[in-house]
Amino acid sequence: MRAVTWQGRHKVSVETVPDPEIVNPRDAILRVTSTAICGSDLHLYDRYIPGMRAGDVLGHEFMGEVVDTGAASTLEIGQRVVVPFTISCGQCFFCERQLYSACDNANPSETRDASDVMMGHAMGAAFGYAHLTGGYAGGQAEYVRIPYSDVGPVVIPEDLADDDVLFLSDILPTGWQAALNADIEPGDTVAIWGCGPVGLFTIQSALLLGAARVIAIDHFPTRLALARKYGAEVLDYREVDVREALDEMTGGIGPDACIDCVGMESHGFTLDNVVDQVKAKFYLATERPHALRQAILACRKGGRLSIPGVYGGFADKFPLGQLMEKGLTVKSGQTHVQRYTGELLRMIREGKFDTVSLISHHASLEDAADMYRRWHDEQNLYTKIVLKPGMARGTVRAVQQMEQV
Amino acid sequence: MPGEQRGDKRPLYTAVAGLGLAAAGIGFAALQRSKRKKRAASISDAPHWTLEKQGSRALFGKSLLINRPKEALFAAWTVERFPEFMENVVTVEPLGEGVSRWTVKAPAGRKVTLVNRITRVIAGEAISWQSEPESDIANSGEVRFDDAPGGRGTYVHLILAYEPPGRALGRLGAKLVQREPEVQARRDLHRFKQLMETGEVTTNAGPSARASEHPAKSHI
Repeated sequence: MRAVTWQGRHKVSVETVPDPEIVNPRDAILRVTSTAICGSDLHLYDRYIPGMRAGDVLGHEFMGEVVDTGAASTLEIGQRVVVPFTISCGQCFFCERQLYSACDNANPSETRDASDVMMGHAMGAAFGYAHLTGGYAGGQAEYVRIPYSDVGPVVIPEDLADDDVLFLSDILPTGWQAALNADIEPGDTVAIWGCGPVGLFTIQSALLLGAARVIAIDHFPTRLALARKYGAEVLDYREVDVREALDEMTGGIGPDACIDCVGMESHGFTLDNVVDQVKAKFYLATERPHALRQAILACRKGGRLSIPGVYGGFADKFPLGQLMEKGLTVKSGQTHVQRYTGELLRMIREGKFDTVSLISHHASLEDAADMYRRWHDEQNLYTKIVLKPGMARGTVRAVQQMEQV
Repeated sequence: MPGEQRGDKRPLYTAVAGLGLAAAGIGFAALQRSKRKKRAASISDAPHWTLEKQGSRALFGKSLLINRPKEALFAAWTVERFPEFMENVVTVEPLGEGVSRWTVKAPAGRKVTLVNRITRVIAGEAISWQSEPESDIANSGEVRFDDAPGGRGTYVHLILAYEPPGRALGRLGAKLVQREPEVQARRDLHRFKQLMETGEVTTNAGPSARASEHPAKSHI
């Protein structure tokens, strides 16, 4: 089959690789119909996340049709399913408490040691990500093996299109969990750093959960336009001092909840970020947490900080005293996708989420190398890319005309 | 790295087994004694196998929470099932009277034979064993099953003492190729957890663009 493979920093290629096989009784094999490129794939592309090996099959946001099942799978051949990016057994201490991304069985014995040393405890597992999280082949491919297929996959009714439901795999539940983690109360002002796809779903989620106002921060005009379309007030950090603006918009107290949807690769020409960029270039640091630093300083006293953005290791110049003295509550973590997919599918059917208008492009799986480059270099025009194994090479469809603020 | 000595085709394991036998002779009883002594000298309530610095420990201990009742786990811990979750164990052959012969993969494609005798069984609670003199690697150990609080299942403790073939150098070599008994024991215990909780041993088997890998076999 054909598959998108990671070959090194800024290098992905589409290769012919063996087809996946049923290995364990609970497995299923999926024929992929839609597979998105995620913001966190850029951390791999930039080689910010350790533990990738040349030849790894990428992709953790995908859906498709069941074409084969193991003896203990509950899926049926022909069903259309969306697959959570987190691989979870459903039966360990963590899964029983719905902490699916912390599953203690999915990361195999052979690969779990590295993250056990790095993080203090072994990480859970995900499709198409670093070997720290299991080294599983991903879904930017024609076919993919789904372990524990009786726990994760969400069966999709025929009347819903791929684009309507694809993001149940990651970014929609990630935005939803980010907003839940902000413990939003009526009357709250919620500030959200980053208007990538996760930020855009966080905006929608925060408003659905009762936020009075959402203020979104970015610098790409199309992304800010989408944020405004979903109901946020927007700040372009190149135009304004973000902290001053947030204070002046909240009577001087600051936002009640701050959500960092940026993660380890902050943009922006500020002193701390320039130092971080230089250190990262020379592999002296893994993190560029400028957005997170700013969020801590901006948040009101006794406020809440939610961190869905991905970080990989140690950060310096971290405003720990500020966090403590202001009495902030912090919630974070990879998304427990399986916990939310049922209610989110229902909300999609009820029309509560706009899951489609952030998709800028459909492209052939064969053009993945070019799409990764554009996703990395042209973030204003390419707001979300969905790869289709069925499309002919060279077909790139701009799904909609993006507005600019 | 364990190697061969001038023309001698036997693995170094057998050559050094004699050294190991002395340790096996002292065996588990001595460890139990030193355990009690250490307990008396220490004020911590930590498990006895954690009370020495990691580099200077004579024994290996690992505990895992498994979300199943201890009776079920005790019943599943039988030599016949070991090849299901012990990756380097090729076969386990029961010889009667609690003695079994194990064929285990060793570095450089070799195989070693362990002959172990079960020395004590507390039904539903614990199993202890010690190697027989003809075992290639002198070893002794214990597996214990304790109820975890709050209905969380069972804490399974695996405690292992062994004489590494080739001593420190052999141990380093084995570690480098990931066939070192401590690495094996830790991973095997985790595979036992996977098998007991999920009914299968987890694998990341799948396609890659690396020609050396098979889509139905696990990889690092």
